[in-house]
Amino acid sequence: MARKRKKQSIDTMKVKDKKKKINGSVGGDVCIFIFLVLLGIFMVFPIYYSVVQSLKPTEELFVFPPKLYVLNPTTKNYSDLFKVAAEYTVPLSRYIFNSLFTTIVICVCNVFVTCMAAFVLSKCKFPGVKVINRIIVIALLFQSQATWIMQFLVYSTLHIIDTYWVLILPYIATAMNLYLMRQSMSTINDSMIEAAKVDGAGLFRICWTIVVPNSKPAIMTIIIFAFQQAWNINGGSVIYSEEYKTLPTIVQQISLAGLARQGVTFASAVLLLIPPLVVFFIAQGNVMETMANSGMKD
Amino acid sequence: MAKQTNPDVPIKKQGYWAYTWHMMKVNKGCYGLLAPFMILFLICTAVPVVMSLPMSFTNFNMIQSPKWVGLSNFYTLFLNDSVFLIAVRNTLIFAIFTGPFAYVLSFLVAWLINEMNSFLKTFFTFVFYAPSMTTSVYVTWQLILSGDQNGYLNAILIDLGFISTPVQWLTDTTYILGVCIVVQLWMSMGAGFLAIRAGFQNIDKSMYEAGAIEGIKNRWQELFKITIPSMGPQLLFAAVNQIATSFTVGIVGQQLFGLPSTDYSAHTIMNHATDYGSVRYEMGYASAICFVLFLAMLLANKGVNWLLGKYVD
Repeated sequence: MARKRKKQSIDTMKVKDKKKKINGSVGGDVCIFIFLVLLGIFMVFPIYYSVVQSLKPTEELFVFPPKLYVLNPTTKNYSDLFKVAAEYTVPLSRYIFNSLFTTIVICVCNVFVTCMAAFVLSKCKFPGVKVINRIIVIALLFQSQATWIMQFLVYSTLHIIDTYWVLILPYIATAMNLYLMRQSMSTINDSMIEAAKVDGAGLFRICWTIVVPNSKPAIMTIIIFAFQQAWNINGGSVIYSEEYKTLPTIVQQISLAGLARQGVTFASAVLLLIPPLVVFFIAQGNVMETMANSGMKD
Repeated sequence: MAKQTNPDVPIKKQGYWAYTWHMMKVNKGCYGLLAPFMILFLICTAVPVVMSLPMSFTNFNMIQSPKWVGLSNFYTLFLNDSVFLIAVRNTLIFAIFTGPFAYVLSFLVAWLINEMNSFLKTFFTFVFYAPSMTTSVYVTWQLILSGDQNGYLNAILIDLGFISTPVQWLTDTTYILGVCIVVQLWMSMGAGFLAIRAGFQNIDKSMYEAGAIEGIKNRWQELFKITIPSMGPQLLFAAVNQIATSFTVGIVGQQLFGLPSTDYSAHTIMNHATDYGSVRYEMGYASAICFVLFLAMLLANKGVNWLLGKYVD
């Protein structure tokens, strides 16, 4: 059914593109376009400006009035970043490694755990399934930034503060990803699952050989969301040891130096900024397809 | 525990609990697959949220064990803590601007984008979603809004002759709230925006043709008569997301203005909880603040469900 609907919507989209719109005037179209472009410039400007600033040589950084473009682009700020970080007790590569390590572990575990739970919640009937589904919908409200102060208590009870665990654990089981995965898995045809059951496959086999391969867009989507979250983890209040700190923490530390290290600050901010944008840009089609199933029907 | 089931009697006739227990045993594989997620979910989300209530009746400094103090935290919170009342006021202002306002803006943008060709669609979706992915760009905002002449906004305004001396955007109490709202709006088109954008693609196009035959004249009629009623579920999902973000505004303000901001002018409930939770380690009091916040979010959620309920079949 999911396939059918997807195909249908793509077909109708093509027809719509070719045909002239039913309603609307040319003047309206122009106004809309101008409005969107202006708003778009407002949205993109800070990101664009960070990239430009990070490429400016020192003499251009402090020109007044500030320039919106760079005359002699240089990568000096990026190499300086490593030098600045060399003054800290651990090298910059350690922070990058920490960020990469936690991000990869979170993405892999998140997909693994979420796929199994979403499969069970969307395709099996057992006592408690309705209650759990309701709880997940309510839990969408309590995403990590709302609960992290209370989480602190739990982590200190578990004695995992100032370890990798505290960076990784909170981001593995996220209600949002489970919800999106469940919604998209529930569009998979039941007959395939039934057939596999008749053939004697266990739930675990069914999950990984039938359901998961059929929900690639949803998996890409939750990887992207997990990645965005994980890459931006700033363990500021739960990590004290320098060797466990991640890239966002270090960006914050460098930016505290203010004007003196402006180029380096922007270089580090761009380093943090680019990966999520690239990943999203590549996988945008998958995300849109998954979000099409995200509606709440109760 | 469970009664021994009698194989001669059909399981459904042996009472509710026996039946449930039987079904649980039959489906034990399901619980196995669900367990890893649920255990982590309980530790990281359910327990912290639920714990905020019992903890809020105690006095707890992370070193000595919690001491029961009854309602005194709430009493202090509402009657003696003037900063909390400022925080409530600010949070409500933020909630209104970055909640409904950003929500309508997301919808409007998604709607306008939807009528373009597929290249522009992809491009604009990326442009509008990009800011919500970035948490490090506050350094750019700091630079744009910086109080010295290097601040981009000041430079432009002085150049154009609107102002003669630089404005302290990040410390002057008359501007802080407004500045924070703008930055927050800038970041507000997140997953909800994507959901609405995708929702437009779900709508059956023949509906519009039928609408045109029935005599719908312009975009606005089409919007209110066809589009909104057919994407209720997506709108509800986006609304829940918007509540989740707009009530927990605070981190951006903390990065831009410091904690606390000048005269608490951008202080939100979230900042207040951070202040007590991770600066002063008065966890009992912080729990009470969090509990009030959670309650407000649940109430807002109920309200949204009630408002959009008629579009969700």
